[in-house]
Amino acid sequence: MSGFSVTEPSKRQKWIAGLLVITYALVTIMPLLWIIATGFKSPEDAISYPPKVVFEPSLEGYVNLFTTRTRITTSMQGTLPPPETWYEQIARDSGTIISGPSRYGQRFLNSIVIGFGSTFLAIFFGTLAAYAFSRFKVPIKDDLLFFILSTRMMPPIAVAIPMFLMFRQLGLNDTQLGMILLYTAVNLSLSVWLLKGFIDEIPLEYEEAALIDGYTRFQAFYKVVLPQAATGIASTAIFCLIFAWNEYAFAVLLTSGSAQTAPPFIPTIIGVGGQDWPAVAAGATIFLIPVMIFTILLRKHLLRGITFGAVRK
Amino acid sequence: MSGNPIDRIAQATPPGVAKRVRGLSDRAIAWLFVGPSVVLLLAVNIFPLIWTINLSFTNFKANRNRDVDYIGLRNYERILTDSDTWLSMQATAHFLFWTIFFQVLIGFALAYLINKKFKGNDLWTTIIVLPMMLSPAVVGNFWTFLYQPQIGLFNYVVQFFTGIDASSFSMIGSVSLAPWSIVIVDTWMWTPFVMLICLAGLRSIPDSIYEAAECDRASKWRQFWTLTVPMVLPFLMLAVLFRGIENFKMFDLVVQLTGGGPGSITTLTSIDLKREAFEKWRTGYASAYAVILFVTVFGLASIYVKALNKVKER
Repeated sequence: MSGFSVTEPSKRQKWIAGLLVITYALVTIMPLLWIIATGFKSPEDAISYPPKVVFEPSLEGYVNLFTTRTRITTSMQGTLPPPETWYEQIARDSGTIISGPSRYGQRFLNSIVIGFGSTFLAIFFGTLAAYAFSRFKVPIKDDLLFFILSTRMMPPIAVAIPMFLMFRQLGLNDTQLGMILLYTAVNLSLSVWLLKGFIDEIPLEYEEAALIDGYTRFQAFYKVVLPQAATGIASTAIFCLIFAWNEYAFAVLLTSGSAQTAPPFIPTIIGVGGQDWPAVAAGATIFLIPVMIFTILLRKHLLRGITFGAVRK
Repeated sequence: MSGNPIDRIAQATPPGVAKRVRGLSDRAIAWLFVGPSVVLLLAVNIFPLIWTINLSFTNFKANRNRDVDYIGLRNYERILTDSDTWLSMQATAHFLFWTIFFQVLIGFALAYLINKKFKGNDLWTTIIVLPMMLSPAVVGNFWTFLYQPQIGLFNYVVQFFTGIDASSFSMIGSVSLAPWSIVIVDTWMWTPFVMLICLAGLRSIPDSIYEAAECDRASKWRQFWTLTVPMVLPFLMLAVLFRGIENFKMFDLVVQLTGGGPGSITTLTSIDLKREAFEKWRTGYASAYAVILFVTVFGLASIYVKALNKVKER
């Protein structure tokens, strides 16, 4: 663009705009930085007044997150053998001994299994459906597409009532399989809509050439279209994964123990006399960091993902 | 205008290869490919919906094993005459109105500023977007910590800037502040959503239009109101549609923040519904409630989309 452009903002405008946006960004990122910082505070530092910005880092929150502990008296402490590991040392310093692992690890694992399981299925079925919607004349196509989208308008609690009864009949309450199926169905609407958009953008000519070369329709699909759609499929998968990872309403109503995911579990981490904030923050940090990384990787496709493909940059 | 998002939503697919290479196998593949998705959605969405409608005419309680009686429209009658329902509708309306108001205002302003293309705007945009992608339940739970009188960061910052004593107010404990506590957190989380959509709108405006306006000696102020705003409006309205539907369904964030309290001042319809269904176990009653909510959101969304299409055609 030439230096005489009337639409290019002036230096001063850019400077003011930058200043305001950066101020907003710094304010908006504060709560997230505070979560990460609180995870490394000792319980005393976490609840000090005024809130401490400079503190001595401690791993007590992380130790508390992964263990269950029992309180011991100082006289008992003298009779015990010296602690063998650094985390036992940390527990001992706060007057407790580690009595076993906490349930966080298992809840986190549930989140991974359910997240990846449902994402895989939603992408698998979603890609097939999206291809068909994109390339074939499917009868009542527009109605089907709208129906798929409208399933997202229902409040999750409204869906949870019959799901709860259905799962109870089928013995799927509080099972990983039940949650995987449910999240697959919820994510399907997103994956079909997004993937259809991505596949629409692949020129038809590639497939036509393949068909003329004697490929069957199916070969053309997986040898020509799938590789072309790889980026779209990958970013759609991340969106599905993030949804399943973050989901709370279904998880809290339809799981209670063995299949519970991390979001309903983290807020229930209790210390002595209320929530153990460093442990909660440690749990949240481990849980949120992967999503932050994915968000940064996805930034080019973000808009598309959050609007079901309605807005593309 | 093919760049319009609404067009794309309803847009039929381009005439495919199917036109040229017709055959039974294509149709078979089409059904084979679409089939599983439709079956799964029927099983997990439509079947439960029909079941819910059916249950809504009964006095079924999921925690008891007694005979189910059909009681006609009595559930609907009770819900619509119950003052608690209207209180939760009011709480939802307050939450909806103010979250959308602030998100549109701040989101548009941010997009406008970012569109000035200052150095490093990509990096800062990515940072601003982060809260939106995180788990509302986990983040909402942590906000209760930030909102604590005395030790909470939020109260401390308020004290720092206004001099109001940090321990003198409790955002989630007081009846007058609690509705605003959820508005603040939701606005913090979702402003980037509106911002991103507005940004796409602003970037879709070709420079040549402004150049033409400049030639006509239109003032910057006039250019803003007669060019920028109308061109971004369809995008902005789409953002409002998404936020409206999402916040009408709002559950996780608010349940973790205030749990619907104090009293029932922040009991949104979803929270009210959850209590009826999974605490009082009035399954029939709650099913009727669910149907009413679904019809409401669907009806409002349809009217809104009609208005949106009108704006788009102008």
